[in-house]
Amino acid sequence: MSGREDILGGIRKALKRGPLDAAAAAVLDARLAAPARNLIPARATSLDHPGQVELFVAMAEEVQTTVDRVAALADVPQAVAAYLASENLPADLVASPDPVLDDIPWAERPMLRLRRGKAEGGDKVGLTPAFAAVAETGTLMLISGPQNPTTINFLPDTHIVVLRADQIVASYEDGWTLLRQRQAAAGDAALPRTVNFITGPSRTGDIEQRMQLGAHGPRRLHIVLVGDGAAERPAGERPG
Amino acid sequence: MQPTSHAFKANVDKALGDATLQTALGLAMLGFGPKRRSAVERLPEFEALREEGRRIKNQTLEHLDYYLETFERNVTRWGGKVHWCRTPGEAREAVLAICRSVDAKTVTKGKSMIAEEIALNDFLEENKITPVETDLGEYIIQLRHEPPSHLIAPAFHLLKEQVADVFRSSHTELDPARSLVEPRVLCDEAREILRPKFLAADVGITGANCLVAETGSSIIVTNEGNGDLTQTLPKIHIVLASLEKIVPTLEDATTILRLLARSATGQEFSTYTTMSTGPRRDGDLDGPEQYHVILLDNGRSAMLGTEFQDMLRCIRCAACINHCPVFSAVGGHAYGWVYPGPMGSVLTPKLVGVAEAGHLPNASTFCGRCESVCPVKIPLPKMMRHWREREFEQKLSPAPYRFGLSAWAFLATRPALYQALTGVAMRVLAAFGKRRGHFRSLPLAGGWTSVRDMPAPQGRSFQSLWAERQKAKAGR
Ligand code: SF4
Repeated sequence: MSGREDILGGIRKALKRGPLDAAAAAVLDARLAAPARNLIPARATSLDHPGQVELFVAMAEEVQTTVDRVAALADVPQAVAAYLASENLPADLVASPDPVLDDIPWAERPMLRLRRGKAEGGDKVGLTPAFAAVAETGTLMLISGPQNPTTINFLPDTHIVVLRADQIVASYEDGWTLLRQRQAAAGDAALPRTVNFITGPSRTGDIEQRMQLGAHGPRRLHIVLVGDGAAERPAGERPG
Repeated sequence: MQPTSHAFKANVDKALGDATLQTALGLAMLGFGPKRRSAVERLPEFEALREEGRRIKNQTLEHLDYYLETFERNVTRWGGKVHWCRTPGEAREAVLAICRSVDAKTVTKGKSMIAEEIALNDFLEENKITPVETDLGEYIIQLRHEPPSHLIAPAFHLLKEQVADVFRSSHTELDPARSLVEPRVLCDEAREILRPKFLAADVGITGANCLVAETGSSIIVTNEGNGDLTQTLPKIHIVLASLEKIVPTLEDATTILRLLARSATGQEFSTYTTMSTGPRRDGDLDGPEQYHVILLDNGRSAMLGTEFQDMLRCIRCAACINHCPVFSAVGGHAYGWVYPGPMGSVLTPKLVGVAEAGHLPNASTFCGRCESVCPVKIPLPKMMRHWREREFEQKLSPAPYRFGLSAWAFLATRPALYQALTGVAMRVLAAFGKRRGHFRSLPLAGGWTSVRDMPAPQGRSFQSLWAERQKAKAGR
């Protein structure tokens, strides 16, 4: 008997039944097709959107993410340049080929040199957009794809994320809802290879339980938060 | 790893006599409890989430066959492959075959307890493939050729000086006179050394904290980011997972994740929570070209429908370990195999046999803290009792351990452990009992307190209070 049949058979024997009949399987299929939400803490869901944005920033800063708030996309190049200068970092960045970043007037800061593509071992600073962000714990949600190579999130010492305030949602569940909406819109064919939830820069407590930043991933995680989220997204478009 | 659980008693005596270990334990164990407590207190829904976690896991186990088949279907749909493995041997062979298919020379590894369970590193080395542990703690103990001593903090039994020593003797390409005093420097050195290894590896192996049936995904959580480099850079990503890691949906996984970090490290959320589904898609610029899931049974399916089924809910958070007075006194290596502490005392006899590990369930004061902090409410003390009954039935216990007194006898016949425990227990239990002022159960006296409450100790032992009073008297 193959391992597969043996294991499944063993499970059924232990559960004292055969394979599920069609009716029972259909009930479970239906549950998977429309996943129910479990209990979601009220911490973020009880707030209005400006409150969720504030919570996101507070939670992110608590885990050593730095957050810089700017009014508009046009302000991003200046904010990035100022951050790099303040941290004594080079102005060479590897940036995702995501067209979202094309809307930013990089040319106004010619000192910033952006290479678009995946990250290599030598890249010091990476720049990406985010798919969403979760207020509950100050967590970024990034997804992989041809325009969003995963290596940028992990190889460079510094990771800068451009996030619009209207991308901030209350819970991880809201993030899953957005992901499913995206998938449905793309004809059910677009589950990304990877979803990265990122909450602060890399860290370890493995030596005497003392926390050190920058274990293997980025030492710094910096968010340029654009806008206040008020106007961009009509209420009807909120996941929920 | 070869179990040495049969030598538990000798291991305990050795651990209690090891001054360095005792210092490291003292340093490490103090942090876990308060960190978890403050994270839990910050989330009013935590208790309700525990109940949800328990329910999700129980419902999944009822339909385990269905969810595993669904998982496999979805993994396949996204271009990955599931390998069903009954035994550690089958799992090792499956990993080796995948490595051989690309003529792999080196394999990077994220932290995986299943890799420890199947003793993968030794096997790969025997087959001329070099495994490189990338979690800092795992890397340190790999250099020292020792097993992990804790589920989530594998090197927590070491002091930084010991880490410095092994770095100096292993990283011979670096200046031997360099200073390695600061943990920061040690951390940076490991980063420097491991970075090229990440980039050069042919295969990356990670564990899984959850498998999601709905999407065919595996989820890992790390704080270092090593798991992500491990699975993103090489040509092949292999996920090692035991079959009870399965949950139905992303929402279910989310509930588990809300419990996991808080219970484990007291974090609100781990730094990196990564969901992976299949190999790179058309047009992706990076990510592995192959995605394999090694699905290991190793005796778990046979726990279904038995008094040990509840153990299959375990999410390996280590909270029971971090709050265990016995573990605090002796550390993880004494348990002699991969899984230490209360969860290990229940699981190890199941996985390596009662003859090897039958003593472990006696290593309990039955204080009940493990169950009270377990995020999925596993009745650990009850299951340890089951084991003792079985051991008794099989007449494996030496005489003093029979007649329902085995735990007490085990402790009482080891004065050093007894003493260590009463010291630890007074401190930790004073904090624990404070809210109620009374214990319903007291370590070392379970039979007595099961029928009446005892006042919570005020945090000092009789001896220390006595000494103080004598001093006060003398000063008068
Ligand atoms: S038994 Fe409970 S507390 Fe212990 S590791 Fe498992 S889930 Fe965590």
